[in-house]
Amino acid sequence: MPRRLKLFIPLGLFFILSLLLFRGLSLDPQELPSALINRPLPTFSLPALGEERTLRPADVTGEPALFNVWATWCVACRVEHPYLQQLAEEGVAIYGINYKDDSAAAQQWLRDLGDPYRVNIVDREGTLGLDLGVYGAPETYFVDAEGVVRYRHVGVIDERLWKGRLEPIYREMRGETAP
Amino acid sequence: MIPELGHMALILAMCLAVMLGTIPLWGAQRGHTPSMALAPSLAMGVLVFSAISFACLATAFLQDDFSVKVVASNSNSLLPPIYKFSAVWGNHEGSLLLWVLILSGWMAAVAVFSAQLPTVVLARVLSVMGLVAVGFLSFSLFTSNPFERLLPGIPADGNDLNPLLQDPGLIIHPPLLYMGYVGFSVAFAFAIAALLGGRLDAAWARWSRPWTNVAWAFLSLGIMLGSWWAYYELGWGGWWFWDPVENASFLPWLAGTALIHSLAVTEKRGLFKSWTVLLAIFAFSLSLLGTFLVRSGVLTSVHAFATDPARGLFILIFLGLVVGGSLTLYALRAPSVGSRISFAWLSRETLLLVNNVVFVVATVSVLFGTLFPLIMDALGQGKYSVGPPYFNAIFVPLMAVLIPFMGIGPLSRWKKDSAARWRAELLVPALAALALGIVLPLFAGGDYNVWVALAIVLAAWIVLGMLRDLYNRVRTAASVGRGFRRLTPSYCGMFLAHLGFAMTVVGVVATTQYTEERDIRMQPGDVQVLAGYTFRFEDMARVRGPNYVADEARFTVLEGEKVIASMAPQKRRYLASGSVMTEAAIDDGLFRDLFIAMGEPVGDGGGWAIRLHYKPMIRWIWLGAIFMGVGGFATVADRRYRRQRVTATSNVPGAGYAA
Repeated sequence: MPRRLKLFIPLGLFFILSLLLFRGLSLDPQELPSALINRPLPTFSLPALGEERTLRPADVTGEPALFNVWATWCVACRVEHPYLQQLAEEGVAIYGINYKDDSAAAQQWLRDLGDPYRVNIVDREGTLGLDLGVYGAPETYFVDAEGVVRYRHVGVIDERLWKGRLEPIYREMRGETAP
Repeated sequence: MIPELGHMALILAMCLAVMLGTIPLWGAQRGHTPSMALAPSLAMGVLVFSAISFACLATAFLQDDFSVKVVASNSNSLLPPIYKFSAVWGNHEGSLLLWVLILSGWMAAVAVFSAQLPTVVLARVLSVMGLVAVGFLSFSLFTSNPFERLLPGIPADGNDLNPLLQDPGLIIHPPLLYMGYVGFSVAFAFAIAALLGGRLDAAWARWSRPWTNVAWAFLSLGIMLGSWWAYYELGWGGWWFWDPVENASFLPWLAGTALIHSLAVTEKRGLFKSWTVLLAIFAFSLSLLGTFLVRSGVLTSVHAFATDPARGLFILIFLGLVVGGSLTLYALRAPSVGSRISFAWLSRETLLLVNNVVFVVATVSVLFGTLFPLIMDALGQGKYSVGPPYFNAIFVPLMAVLIPFMGIGPLSRWKKDSAARWRAELLVPALAALALGIVLPLFAGGDYNVWVALAIVLAAWIVLGMLRDLYNRVRTAASVGRGFRRLTPSYCGMFLAHLGFAMTVVGVVATTQYTEERDIRMQPGDVQVLAGYTFRFEDMARVRGPNYVADEARFTVLEGEKVIASMAPQKRRYLASGSVMTEAAIDDGLFRDLFIAMGEPVGDGGGWAIRLHYKPMIRWIWLGAIFMGVGGFATVADRRYRRQRVTATSNVPGAGYAA
């Protein structure tokens, strides 16, 4: 009875879908592992935004810091920006990775909205992003004093996330390296 | 005391729903009339007790009873009363209760307006809906009890409603959306009842058509409001983001659109029966799937709903029972014999088939895009996100394929039509559409935009094709007035809905193509010119609202020398939660919106990051959706539905209780 069997196709498809949804329940979509966790920052040699110098890992390590991947084309980065500004004012070290962006536009953005970054690494071609495994902007890497990536956060950092999950990680990085 | 009363009423509603889901169904299988006859009264009972329960929760909100957990977490004594009331469904527990209330409202409406149906059909339909109600009631009672108390240790004040939800649009958006979602349960129940009874015929399609149209109309309006809200409240100036939660509401709409067209074929020609049943199951299943996706947290979304894996598991099991059960029933009972009724290639049946194919492909593509991140994650392939480029790349061509057929549809004949007739009828509309498309973009100024021209050709093709058909219908009458009076409400509804679709197409393309925006730093006294409008930043002010303080930037907008608007975007800080929200200022118009949103203060000179937008024809998107909604409602007035019911109306008692 092949025609009758055909009527079971929707049921079969639904069965597969529900297996998938069941699997989905035990996954956390927010959690994005990075291949680089507990590994040193990849080596790079890239220009600094608005400055006549080339940055290498040694120039931006030595103190626990946040590496924030951002771009002017990224709407969520604009949302995140004021909070980064606040963190910077509180003394959190933040380096920017200006990802696949137009440098002139990026400088304009920092002039207009304020500059929370110690310095910005210009990653025009996205090579550093590729090495880091950047998934999309904004994304923030927590790097300790030895230049080892300790944590990766995908998405906007806001007060709730910082106070709840991220600040303890930052404190821990500082604690480990405190004299 | 009142919350306990509400809890009690909810438990009673559950008991009645269990009875409704079993006794009449058993009666229908055994031919036991007294059991079947219980169904309408039980449906009314479920409505009464869910309404009492809902009223109790609303009272707790309005009286600031912070001993109730959901009130404490979602309301505040400073909140204006109207938002205290809408806060009832501004949270998971309360919105689930609203869902239950609306479902029982639909159930009672079926009991009242479809009372003329054969007893056995009515019993089955109500019973199936009763079973769905049991699912949602137990979801509410066992995993998300809205009446849970915080005892002891009652907070002095509440945490306040999420400021994003403190908005007039959000007062009615969820109820409308739920009316749509839940409304598809009626079409679903009719389909299941037909499968159980083994009678899939034109009568079944005729009975379920008005219900489906009304549900679809509600859903159209609900989605429209959601999009409008995102536009003016999120402050990004966008109106659709292909976010998983948006897709969750869009999926049932797409399937529902296919369903209402396929029901037409089943009613008029007795064709596509199995397919229509499948679509009815599909549309409601997607409503449930949407609930699952939104409430379980399996997908990331900008709409942060409180999520909980336990609830996710519950909905998944429920989804499995409802969808799995109905698809099994479908596989066993759907007619497997090919239809003997035939139709020619050139006929209305074929055109409606094209509609169905396009909308089903669209549904599946959007579903796939929405679930893709989950699929890859579950298969261990890593994390992905699917953005607007994918959805646009799928959706735009699909709609472009659909529209040429849509222009012929209303004019076509059932069974067999001829290309020669189409050519004769549609040559003038086609040429006129082409001419309009070429000429109109010239008036927009600036560079000639081919995409806008194409959109106008397509939209004009839809409208002019219908006008040609209207002309044919009116022409043959004795007088024009009589000709118009001869048009059925179904026809008028179709006309409005198709017209609305054409408007939305033009609105979407014109907005996307002609939008101009600028993000700049401005301080009082600065002037910016955008798209021929002069924006003058007059001054800054401190404004106090009932539960927030705001920085307000005051702008004067000039067109040439003439002042056309004063606009005052705000940056609000809500006192209870401390959250900061952007309140955009919008000067709206039929042909253009001006939009100002405030960013952050910049520098020390009193400067602000300001976002200026010029958005032409954006209103047409929502206006079109309103036309679609009104069209959907209009069809219900058709006399051929009224023969089965006393009055056909969109007034569902549940809505009355909720208001």
